[in-house]
Amino acid sequence: MITLTINGLRVEVEQGTTVLEAARFLGFPIPTLCHMEGLSPYGACRLCVVEIGEGPKAKLVSSCTYPAEEGLRVRTASARVLRARKMVLELLLASCPQSKVIQDLASAHQVRQQRFRQEHEDCILCGLCVRMCEEQMMAKAIGFRGRGSTRSLGTPFDIKSEVCRLCGGCIYVCPACQLRCTYTEPDKAICGGCANLSPPCVEKERFDDMMCYMNPCVACEIVKD
Amino acid sequence: MKKEEVLSIIDKHRDQGDGLISVLEEIQTKYSYLPAEALKLVAERTGRSAVDVYSVATFYRSFSLKPRGKHLCLVCQGTACHVRGAPQVEKEFARQLQVQPGETTPDREFTLETVNCLGACALGPVVVMDGHYFSNVRTSRVKSILDKTRAGLDDAELKADLRDFVLTVSCPRCNHSLMDPHHPIDGSPSIKVTVATEGEHGWLRLSALYGSFTVESEFGIRTDAVVDFFCPHCHAVLKGASLCPLPQCRAPMVSMIVRAGGVVQICSRRGCKGHMLDLNGSGV
Repeated sequence: MITLTINGLRVEVEQGTTVLEAARFLGFPIPTLCHMEGLSPYGACRLCVVEIGEGPKAKLVSSCTYPAEEGLRVRTASARVLRARKMVLELLLASCPQSKVIQDLASAHQVRQQRFRQEHEDCILCGLCVRMCEEQMMAKAIGFRGRGSTRSLGTPFDIKSEVCRLCGGCIYVCPACQLRCTYTEPDKAICGGCANLSPPCVEKERFDDMMCYMNPCVACEIVKD
Repeated sequence: MKKEEVLSIIDKHRDQGDGLISVLEEIQTKYSYLPAEALKLVAERTGRSAVDVYSVATFYRSFSLKPRGKHLCLVCQGTACHVRGAPQVEKEFARQLQVQPGETTPDREFTLETVNCLGACALGPVVVMDGHYFSNVRTSRVKSILDKTRAGLDDAELKADLRDFVLTVSCPRCNHSLMDPHHPIDGSPSIKVTVATEGEHGWLRLSALYGSFTVESEFGIRTDAVVDFFCPHCHAVLKGASLCPLPQCRAPMVSMIVRAGGVVQICSRRGCKGHMLDLNGSGV
């Protein structure tokens, strides 16, 4: 067992526990975007930053990937952590302003302005969908492509993958693109665009507007070309 | 693209842990790009998912998924090259070839690409044409570089380089030069050492020309006799630690320090042509 101190409270956790899990066990809220139980930690969104160490040696680390160490002193809500977290949210807002999840988080963290060049990406490259596809769905149909500013997510050659079973898991976990098609049950769907069209989803041009990943559409089986 | 060729490349790297990058590099060398079917084959054969192979292939700038031309022209756009005028050089290449960076000419001769840094910043602006480096490139030189490439770079360099490779060596113990400028062999100063074999003792002169095995000695040495070499200045034995690399010989090697850096070792058996040249080595 490892003993560490989180915000002045001592806690005993098992070897291999991450700082995030230990903090959540004590009930300290740490916001996350790219973390999900059942998927391996990735440390992409940096929202879960915490401060470890003392004095001039104190540093910010992502708690979802940082393993608990004996005698570690963690602060989850120091001024420095909150400042860093607000900056991360502001940057996320700049790239993905339409995401409801990011908007809510920003609002909860008193982010009232966004000072960076506004982009309208539909992906924050958090890799949740990649891990979902690989670790839970055992498919490995999508992955990262390219590098740097041209890094993107998707299937090889942008054609439908042979191993994709259209499970929709990638869309389900995505924090940025939840406005995309969520299947056809109108009461469950956040979008339901294809079902609510009248007449429903017969024109391919309008189907494209739905930002739908399903190909062919599971509802009407129109092949999007 | 032939399926069997790709499969044999993949199988060649089997015992090296299926090195994905090595496999892709070899496929790229063969076809000048990575065909989509080849990537699929690599994924199938090595048990990787297609997206893993694809993400590696798209991550590295040296891999190309589009067919490249016969000649690959890389214009460095690193900071040092940039401030010395690399953008103008790039524009000039683009103008003369009539393609944009990343594109291939319609006749499939040239592919123009930019790189972020080649690590040769002092030589900037640097242009690499099929692995041949051109330094301090100005826009006025672009045309001659293209002409040279069309004429064949390898031929041009071989014809231009007729220099002989002459070694200047010294004793590994006293570091005294072993060169004898008064008795040239093959037109350059010879290497003078003292030798002893079968009760006889005297000087021996070797040609300093690398690849030449001309020898002059004070007395006749029987072929296949193993000879002891000494420094004529400090009389140290010039015996190296290793044995002759030729399996039928295995006589002790004689080592000497190369002035430009490194060690040269020659076989101590008369008539054996076993030798080793290590220009990076320092120890004897």
